[in-house]
Amino acid sequence: MVLVFAESQNGKFKKAAFEAVTYGAKTAQAMGKDCAVLVLGAAEDAGQLGVYGASNVYHIEGAGLDQLDGQVATAAIAGAVEKLGAELVILSYSSTGKTLQGRVAARLKAGSVSGVSSLPDVSNGFRVKKSVYSGKAIGEFEIKSAVKVVSLMGNSLQPEASGEAVAVESLSVDLPAPRVAIKDVSRIEGTVPLPEAELVVSAGRGMKGPENWGIVNELAKAVGATTACSRPVADADWRPHHEHVGQTGVAIRPNLYIAIGISGAIQHLAGVNRSKVIVVINKDPEAPFFKAADYGVCADLFDVVPRLTEAINKLKN
Amino acid sequence: MKILVCVSKTPETTSKIAFSADGTTFETAGVQYIMNPYDEWYALVRAVEIKEELKKGSVTLLNVGPSSNDTVIRKGLAIGADDAVRINAEPSSSLFVAQQIAAYAKEENFDLIFLGKETIEHNGSEVGGMLAELLDLPFISYANKLELEGTSASVSREIEGGIETVSLETPFVLSAAKGLAEQRIPNMRGIMMAKRKPLKVVEPVAFDDVVEVVQYTLPSAKAAVRMIDPENMDELVRLLHEEAKVL
Ligand SMILES: Cc1cc2nc3c(=O)[nH]c(=O)nc-3n(C[C@H](O)[C@H](O)[C@H](O)COP(=O)(O)OP(=O)(O)OC[C@H]3O[C@@H](n4cnc5c(N)ncnc54)[C@H](O)[C@@H]3O)c2cc1C
Ligand SMILES: Nc1ncnc2c1ncn2[C@@H]1O[C@H](COP(=O)(O)O)[C@@H](O)[C@H]1O
Repeated sequence: MVLVFAESQNGKFKKAAFEAVTYGAKTAQAMGKDCAVLVLGAAEDAGQLGVYGASNVYHIEGAGLDQLDGQVATAAIAGAVEKLGAELVILSYSSTGKTLQGRVAARLKAGSVSGVSSLPDVSNGFRVKKSVYSGKAIGEFEIKSAVKVVSLMGNSLQPEASGEAVAVESLSVDLPAPRVAIKDVSRIEGTVPLPEAELVVSAGRGMKGPENWGIVNELAKAVGATTACSRPVADADWRPHHEHVGQTGVAIRPNLYIAIGISGAIQHLAGVNRSKVIVVINKDPEAPFFKAADYGVCADLFDVVPRLTEAINKLKN
Repeated sequence: MKILVCVSKTPETTSKIAFSADGTTFETAGVQYIMNPYDEWYALVRAVEIKEELKKGSVTLLNVGPSSNDTVIRKGLAIGADDAVRINAEPSSSLFVAQQIAAYAKEENFDLIFLGKETIEHNGSEVGGMLAELLDLPFISYANKLELEGTSASVSREIEGGIETVSLETPFVLSAAKGLAEQRIPNMRGIMMAKRKPLKVVEPVAFDDVVEVVQYTLPSAKAAVRMIDPENMDELVRLLHEEAKVL
C-alpha cells in the first residue's frame, strides 16, 4: 500500500496536500496497489481527499498533533505504516515535510529521497528523480529498502480529481508526549506564500530604491502574483526578508516568474531556475538572466513595467 | 553548553557541473569546494556566539568525509570551533551520514546539535531529522533565531508564508537558516590557532546503504530567449496567455 501523509494547516487542506494525494494515487496505480491517506490532528473534510484518488482516509488524533510536534507526528506516521503494512510513504516537500521526512525514514529504516519532481519509475525497482546541484542537474536514485519514503516538490503536478469522497476511519497508535511547545505563529496575510505561489513578480537592485516598488506591486496585483526580490534588496531592507529568493533564500517553482531589474547571478538562479516560464526585464542586453529566460524585454524597467501592467489589465477586462 | 556542529563540504555554487560518461559520478576536476554555506554562516557562527555569550562550553565540528575535507574543517576551526572530528568515510547517502553522526554523538551527550538547513548540492534537508530520530531528540528545522535561558530555548523557524516560534528544553537538534547568525570571516589569529586545534579521525560504523545513484543528467538546454519589442507589451501578454498559458 502507498500511504500519503496529507498536511493540514489549522485544520484545512491546501494545494500541497491535493498534489501529494494525486501523486500517491498515480504511483499506487502504477504499482498495482491502493493509495491510502493519513491525516493528523485537526482536519476538516478529510474525506474529500478521496476525490484525488485515495481509497481510504485514516485519521489519528492526540496531543501534539494539531500543531505537529515532530516526534509525535513521526510516531503517528510510523505507527500507521506498520498497522496498515504500507511500503511507500509520500510527504510534501514543505516546512513540515522537511521536518518529518528524515525522522520517519530513520524510524522505519527506510531509504528516502526528498523533493522529487516526477512520478517514480516502478518498471525496474523503484526509481525517482529530483533536481540537484541547485537546479544545475537532475539526479535519478534507486531506493532499495522494503519501506520507502519520498517527498514531493511543490507545483510538480496538478491535483487531479479522479474519485469520490470517502468515509474517514480513525486509527489509534501509541504516541509519545510532545516535547516542543508552539508559542506563536505569525503569517503574512492576504497573499499566497512564496513557496506555494504559481505566479511570482520579483525585482532587484535595478529598482534603485524601496520608494519605487509601487510599479512592481501594481504589476503583481494585475497578474495576481506574489512578490519576491533578490538578496541585496532584502539585505538593504528595501523589502522584507521573506521575499528573498535564491540559494540562500526561498527556492521556488512557480508557473511564471517575472524578474525585473535582476541581473541573474547564479545564486539567484539557483532558487528560481525551476520556474516553468521566466520573463526577464532588464536594460542591459548582456544581463546573464536573459540566458535563463523564455521571454525577454530589453528596456528601462520604469518605462516598460507600467505598460506591461496596463496590457495585462486590458487582457483581464 | 556542549555544542556539536555538523558541517559538510560542497562544490562552490558557481562551479561548472559535469558527470562521468555513464552519469554516475560527479566530475571533481577543477571544482572548488567550500563549507556548505548554511553550516558555516549560520550553524557554526551561532554556536560560537553562544559559547562567547556564556563564556563557557565548547564547540565541536563534525564532518563525515575523506581526508581531503580537512581544509574545510580547518576553516571551521579558524572561525571559532574548539576541536573537530572527521568520520573517515565517503558520505554516500543521508541516512549513512546520519548513522555515522549518531554513533559518535550518542556517547558524547551534547546539549545542542546544529546542522545547516540543507546541503546546496543535494538539497536534501534530511540529515537533521534522521539524526534527531536516531538520538531520540526534538528537531527544529529552518531555525532563524535561537535564544537560550539556561536549558530553555526559544526558537523561531521559517514556515510557508510566516514564522513559527517554539519553546523547548535542551538537548535538541536544530537546522540553521538565514538570520540565525551573521557570517564571520576568519581572521589571521583564528587561522593560526586553527592549525593547533585537535582534529580527531574516527572510523565509520558499518551500514548498508539503501539509496543508490542511478545516474545524473544535465537539464536539456533551454531554448533561446525570445526577445519582445519593448513598445509592444500587448504581444508579451498575448504570448504568456496563448503560447505559455500562464496568464
Ligand atoms: C554564497 C552567495 C549566496 C547568494 N545567495 C543569493 C540569493 O539567495 N539570492 C540572490 O538574489 N542573490 C544571492 N547572492 C548574490 C548574487 O550573487 C547577486 O549579487 C545578486 O543576486 C544581485 O542582485 P540584483 O540582480 O538585484 O542586483 P545587480 O546584480 O546589481 O543587478 C541589477 C540589474 O538591474 C538592471 N537594471 C538597472 N537599472 C535598470 C533599469 N532602469 N531598467 C532595467 N534594468 C535595470 C541592471 O542591468 C542589472 O542587471 C548570493 C551571493 C553569494 C556569494
Ligand atoms: N558529510 C556530512 N558530514 C557532516 N554533516 C553533514 C554531512 N552531510 C550533511 N551534513 C549536515 O546535514 C545538513 C543537511 O544536509 P542534507 O540533509 O544533505 O541537506 C547539512 O547542512 C550539514 O549540517
